[in-house]
Amino acid sequence: MIPEVTRELVLLYTMFFRIGLFSIGGGYVMLPMLRVEVTEKRDWLSVPELLDYYAISQATPGIISVNIATHVGFKRRGVAGALAATAGVVMPSVIVILLIAIFLPALRANVVVARAFAGIRVAVAVLLTGMLGSLVRKGWNTAVDVVLTVAAFGLVVFGDVSPIPLIIGAGLVGYLLGRWRRHRA
Amino acid sequence: MTLYVLFFMFVQIGLFTIGGGLATLPLLKEAAVDGGFLSLGEFIDMVAISQSTPGPIGVNLATIVGYRLEGILGGVIATVGIIAPSLLISMVIARWMRNYADHPTVQSIMTGIRACALGLIASAAWFILREAVFTGDSGGATGLEWLVALTDIRALVLFVLMGAVYVFKPAWPVVYIVVGGVLGVLFL
Repeated sequence: MIPEVTRELVLLYTMFFRIGLFSIGGGYVMLPMLRVEVTEKRDWLSVPELLDYYAISQATPGIISVNIATHVGFKRRGVAGALAATAGVVMPSVIVILLIAIFLPALRANVVVARAFAGIRVAVAVLLTGMLGSLVRKGWNTAVDVVLTVAAFGLVVFGDVSPIPLIIGAGLVGYLLGRWRRHRA
Repeated sequence: MTLYVLFFMFVQIGLFTIGGGLATLPLLKEAAVDGGFLSLGEFIDMVAISQSTPGPIGVNLATIVGYRLEGILGGVIATVGIIAPSLLISMVIARWMRNYADHPTVQSIMTGIRACALGLIASAAWFILREAVFTGDSGGATGLEWLVALTDIRALVLFVLMGAVYVFKPAWPVVYIVVGGVLGVLFL
């Protein structure tokens, strides 16, 4: 007889393995899949709770899907649950990517594949520009947002500044502005 | 590069990846490309693979860059490194700080960081666009002639065409990457 705890840890691992496997090209499909698994199929979380986890995960340093997996796993089975869920969500990446990476050097040596990669680089540029467009539409709410974005871009591209001090500086600007606004209100 | 250095490089990237997987790109470019471990072209190909395979883009990038630098163990170590900050910080928040996301201080800090992250992602997009489209030899020309000499016209046409399709019908990234590959073989 397998103990209940072990069964649930295995369940957390396999559930998040499936979610990791089907999140291709960004975490956009993760939330709908997770909602079905933890609020419909099982009574683990309410929908508001899940959305709360999502909001926390977006405001926490690190990979969003790992953050969510950690929250759900931790809620069910503490540290062991968090580890099982996180291991599950990253395992498909590790397996698929290692398989590709092992065969990549041989592929790259092929002339046709080299030309395909020239086209793929253009596709990546299109995708990034497009995704950036939709992020900007959602993310630019005040003049300060626009100034911070443009300043960060300019400092990295023309000033050769490293991103990390910029992130810390922008967090500080946000903190001071927030304090100043609350002080005035 | 030792595994120890690799691990902490990715811990740092994980710690500063805030507000979505694309934020990994400028950090990784700075650490791996500007650090002299990868060429910009190699980096872009790894981004393409990470966008068209299952899983979070940050984890995919960590695995493939780690493998390229230090083999299978490197892939695993880099992955553990990039997820370690997420895992630890999220557990602390889950245990002790349930109102974290609603805290005014957290919200103010995040407002600043998100706006900055957009600029950083834009810088990564710019470096990638330059490598993909503006790869010619400028030959010392200036002004408009300089831009014309620098531009790979066929790549630019491909960019504009795919860009137009993206504006009207953004589909799964993997579709664009496959189409880009096919068009690359045919026209570039």
